[in-house]
Amino acid sequence: MTATTASDRAGFDPGAEAARATDAILYDTLHGAYRGVVVDSPPGAGKSTLVVRAALELAAAGRPLMVVAQTNAQVDDLVSRLAEKAPDLPVGRLHSNDPDPYDPLLNELPSVRKSAKAADLAGLDVVVSTAAKWAHVQGVEPWRHAIVDEAYQMRSDALLAVAGLFERALFVGDPGQLDPFSVVGADQWAGLSYDPSSSAVATLLAHNPELPQHRLPVSWRLPASAAPLVSDAFYPYTPFRSGTGPADRRLTFAVPSDGSGPDRVVDEAAASGWGLLELPARRTPRTDPEAVSAVALVVRRLLERGGATAGERGPQAAPLTADRVAVGTAHRDQAAAVRAALAGLGVTGVAVDTANRLQGREFDITVVLHPLSGRPDATAFHLETGRLCVLASRHRHACIVVCRAGVPELLDEHPSTEPVQLGVTIKFPDGWEANHAVLSHLAEHRVPWQP
Amino acid sequence: MSLINTLARLEAVESGRAQPLTTVRHRRLSERPMVFVPLTTAGEAGAPLGALVGTDRESPRLLTVAQPRDRDLRFAFLADLAEALLPHLDSYADDVEPAERNETDPETGKRVKVEVDLCVDAPQLIVPNRPGIDFVRLLGRSMRFRRTAEQDPDTPYPAPARVPLLGRWLTHYGERARVPGSSLLLAATDLLNRHWATGQSNLEDQHLGALLAWIDPPDGGSGRDAALRAETDRDRRGQLLCPPAGPATDPAFDNRLLAPAIDEYDRARQSLGAAEDGPGADEQLGRLTRAEREIRALLASQARPTWDAVWRGLDLLRELPEGARVADRWTRDRWSFTGHRDRVRSGEPPQPRHDDAVTAAQKLASRETAQAQLEAQEALDDPLVLAGRRLSGEAFIGEVTDVVMAYSESKRPSPRPLITLYSEDRPQLGERTKVYRSLDGKPQSAEFVGREPGGHGLLVVRLTDRMGRGKEPAEGSVPEKGERIAWTLFEHDQRGGPKLPSTEETPWTHGGPPGVEGAGAAPAGGPVAGDAGAAGPVLGAVHLPESRTPADDARPPSPRPSLPLPLPDPVTEEDFL
Amino acid sequence: MRGNAFEARVKADGGTELLRLLHERMGAGARPPVPGEVLVPDLTAAGPEGRVARTALALREATGAAGGSAAWTLLVHPLLALEVAGSPAYLEPDAVVVRPDGRWIVVEIKSFPMIDSSADPSKVGAAARQAAVYVLALERVAARVTGAAVDHSVLLVCPRDFSNLPTASVVDVRKQLSVTRRQLTRLTRIDDIAASLPEGTSFDLERCSPAELTAAVDAVSAAYAPECLAACELAFHCRGQARSAGAVEALGRGVRGELGGLTTVGAVLAAARGESTPGVADDDPTVVALRRAAALRAEALESVPEGLEAVSRGPGSVPEGAVAGCR
Repeated sequence: MTATTASDRAGFDPGAEAARATDAILYDTLHGAYRGVVVDSPPGAGKSTLVVRAALELAAAGRPLMVVAQTNAQVDDLVSRLAEKAPDLPVGRLHSNDPDPYDPLLNELPSVRKSAKAADLAGLDVVVSTAAKWAHVQGVEPWRHAIVDEAYQMRSDALLAVAGLFERALFVGDPGQLDPFSVVGADQWAGLSYDPSSSAVATLLAHNPELPQHRLPVSWRLPASAAPLVSDAFYPYTPFRSGTGPADRRLTFAVPSDGSGPDRVVDEAAASGWGLLELPARRTPRTDPEAVSAVALVVRRLLERGGATAGERGPQAAPLTADRVAVGTAHRDQAAAVRAALAGLGVTGVAVDTANRLQGREFDITVVLHPLSGRPDATAFHLETGRLCVLASRHRHACIVVCRAGVPELLDEHPSTEPVQLGVTIKFPDGWEANHAVLSHLAEHRVPWQP
Repeated sequence: MSLINTLARLEAVESGRAQPLTTVRHRRLSERPMVFVPLTTAGEAGAPLGALVGTDRESPRLLTVAQPRDRDLRFAFLADLAEALLPHLDSYADDVEPAERNETDPETGKRVKVEVDLCVDAPQLIVPNRPGIDFVRLLGRSMRFRRTAEQDPDTPYPAPARVPLLGRWLTHYGERARVPGSSLLLAATDLLNRHWATGQSNLEDQHLGALLAWIDPPDGGSGRDAALRAETDRDRRGQLLCPPAGPATDPAFDNRLLAPAIDEYDRARQSLGAAEDGPGADEQLGRLTRAEREIRALLASQARPTWDAVWRGLDLLRELPEGARVADRWTRDRWSFTGHRDRVRSGEPPQPRHDDAVTAAQKLASRETAQAQLEAQEALDDPLVLAGRRLSGEAFIGEVTDVVMAYSESKRPSPRPLITLYSEDRPQLGERTKVYRSLDGKPQSAEFVGREPGGHGLLVVRLTDRMGRGKEPAEGSVPEKGERIAWTLFEHDQRGGPKLPSTEETPWTHGGPPGVEGAGAAPAGGPVAGDAGAAGPVLGAVHLPESRTPADDARPPSPRPSLPLPLPDPVTEEDFL
Repeated sequence: MRGNAFEARVKADGGTELLRLLHERMGAGARPPVPGEVLVPDLTAAGPEGRVARTALALREATGAAGGSAAWTLLVHPLLALEVAGSPAYLEPDAVVVRPDGRWIVVEIKSFPMIDSSADPSKVGAAARQAAVYVLALERVAARVTGAAVDHSVLLVCPRDFSNLPTASVVDVRKQLSVTRRQLTRLTRIDDIAASLPEGTSFDLERCSPAELTAAVDAVSAAYAPECLAACELAFHCRGQARSAGAVEALGRGVRGELGGLTTVGAVLAAARGESTPGVADDDPTVVALRRAAALRAEALESVPEGLEAVSRGPGSVPEGAVAGCR
């Protein structure tokens, strides 16, 4: 199957656009006059690729740098990619004193030096660690350059703790995903430019509004069936397009449908990239047994029906395996219930997690238990756009949502007595609007089903 | 709300009486708390009307403002309030004991132990409800930037002596009240709600009268009925039998009773002014005095029931034994009190209007630590609170069924015994999850090894610390067969957060050090260029180059030469405070 | 009183203060208003329809004038109309300002203070919702005027700190706008509500007895939540209804969300005690969790040492001097 060059689509050539944006970002990073460069990276836009490339270019230009990521998994992933792209470049992995402080795979990379002390790694071209670990580093000469990854998920006070370690930085992150938060109240600082509970990027830009802000214009992950919805609903001010055209990817199933609800919604998803398996309206506990079971059934059918994915990466279709499928939920107990249900059906190897933990990951097909399913009302937690955005943007081929009927009505009954803090920039998109947009789109792919 | 607390609420609905949420009291109650019941007008910006204040439930001091629009009368009220509160605060200030604190030596940069004074006890302030706490903050904010005639002979409307000082203390207490688990300033409703579940919603629980009715209904009758009466019963004059705990008074009271009394006061004052020293002046004076007394009586009638309700609430709380770890949290409150005492004594300026970036971050971090600490300590002190954590899978109670000795694989092996536990709880244990139990008041760690196959409820943990230095574990450090032990998945003590830069080193990402031209706090809507009548920019002038100690912390003050006073607020005829 | 003095201060001298504040916060790109050159048209007319028409005319003229002569226009107490559930509602913003570039801005003057640039968030929220309705009404008028655009941010003017000096803050009301738009389209037409009531129902306060009124109110179904208490005078009534029905939502929205399909107090307690509830399976996760919760709670309460009576409150005694009404 030949990959369509998407340049026939109204003159938009995703490869060229992405390259142009990347060049501009790298130029500003290496030669720009500003202390900071901000990059908005929508889901699957090649953020890690950009970070790795920027790090290597800075190193090649003789400018040692430090890299700040938010979790150990992210750090280890970046280190592996750096080693893969530049096997001879010495890279430092600064780690904590906790047991299992880094992925043991790093031990197989000869160019990677690991230490719990920053001084040991100071001379290396690139040193990577978590914000938490960097915050404890003292008594070293500041780096001239830094790259801060997932900067929108980093809290302002976490940036405060590390900003003294570098002079200039490239900040990269996804503005549509989950915001940082605090379990204790931070209202007394709402509206202040350095509200410690806001995101690092928000604070950075509040004090330095002149910094160049770039965006990566293409999602290489989201299929053409999903990018417009996700872009419109969650990224109204930094829109993006899919890197592939409608004909570039295909999802097929060898085994025909058995006519059941789960099978019909799988077929719908294969044809259009979306599916909504709608159960009858009911108020249920969070771990709604019928909905959980429906999710597990859908996953099982996805894996039993001989699915195959084909796309722009190569001529051969690949079999749909368990590691390419994921389940997303809002709450941990829901994830636990789905895991148990899958185990009961004999299905293994499928990732099941909450939106928080699925951030940054990618799969061929995702099955999502809608955050509002079975609820009597919508709370701020469930309406949070970042949550829905993460759940709806993990897939390369299709996303199937399981939800009880009645959610649009629930949204309409949501009261609007929300307090307003002066001086706080309104965050768009609005959770309410985004939820409605996703649901109306899903309605076109609905498969009602009585379990 | 956790499911266990929800269940308690529903049981309260069914039984008509509040149900316990705890078996011990989780906040310190002072022997001699200072109770403060303020009253403000019912309008949008509540001007102070008066207050009941004191440490003796039988004889509160009544302070009133006969005409809230009269600045002199308001200032007199503030002066009286200062005289009622400051001596109480002072009485704790000099009773000290030696204590040690970790500080960073400025020359070597190392952490050293320093001997300092720590106040043996600290004064506790109690208000009826959360709006009362907000009012304490408002008062503090309104007072601490005022200048006395002594400080600034040119200031228009000089504040009475000690009023700015009271403002600083109230601000300190108001800020400390934001720290989870602190007990310097408490609301009676919060105290009661922590320990009892009523059959009404959280919102309704903010009504002190209704709350007490659920917990302790008169004549042992139905709490629900008593609560409804407390909320709604009115007398012949349309006045609530249980006046609102305030500070805002009931509009029916303001309009029907208070307003006419204030009008009469105004007329009497006018007539007295007109009469001057002439005949009839005595009569007018008598009229004025009667008008004042009438207002005082009216305000007392609104405040006294709330005053009594607060003390009644404290009585109920004192019947609960104090939790074991409450003293530890109170010690932090004592440090907070002592720290502010020191800052005042060394001549530091009042708390700025806005925290700078570093102070804000420090406060957030220390409050998160305090929250985690509070949750852990309450669970360890109280089986009913622990039950909630057990339900959520964050703790479990296990009976020791077997102990197998094992050792670490290192040159000098240390004991690492394997403990098998039987538990009916369902903790969320994963590979090598750490669990903790309390040993002699301190935490002992273990690691989850796995569940016994086939054996329901049997799980194995490996003990990893606090067994002494020898090859064999110290006596009593390893649990024995048959013991029933509570294990938690959360830590018992919280590590402090990472070091933040000093204020002078605020990085460019956060606006650079405050006090620098153009840097510092800017409300996101843009800095205010200067409102009509104000002298200079609102925020820039207040930021001083030296760092401010966060109110939560007890960092030692540095003696410094007298700095310029921060700018006072702008003033108009119609100020409400 | 103080509120009136404040509003007067803000609007004095042809709105000098108000316009200065507006230009400072929202005047980007427009020439500063010159005191004395600001147009303040007379909006008086007979009856609400007359005033609405007069206001619309003034807005049209202001926008037309704006194109030419770079003038600021201040409309004080304009009247706007908005169709709500099929009937016209008349709305009176404190002020509307027309900028020289044809932009219309709603100004709301409130008497709660802005202290150190921040104000009570629930009051600001209420003001924002109110202003959003005005913006919507203005949009209806602007649709018929070329060159007019209604700003989606409003100016909130409040006393500064403890004084009566005005200060202002820009409030972006786009969220409140979208909420209000949806509510307006959804709002049941009054005719439809009336159609569902029993024949002869009347809410006329003059003519109905309390019993008739209660019956009339009862006929309209309500969705109570504790938040209603602060917002609506009928809340006590609805609460009483919810409580008599044993509805769980009387305890709050959060509680309701936790309990899944169990909607009454009785059902929840029965489930917790191990009794079967019709319509709810025994292995329903909420039921399982409730039974566990009940068991844990009972175990913890039993473990309290003997003699600790404080745990369960016995009958209280009325102390001296306490006013019975407060307990």
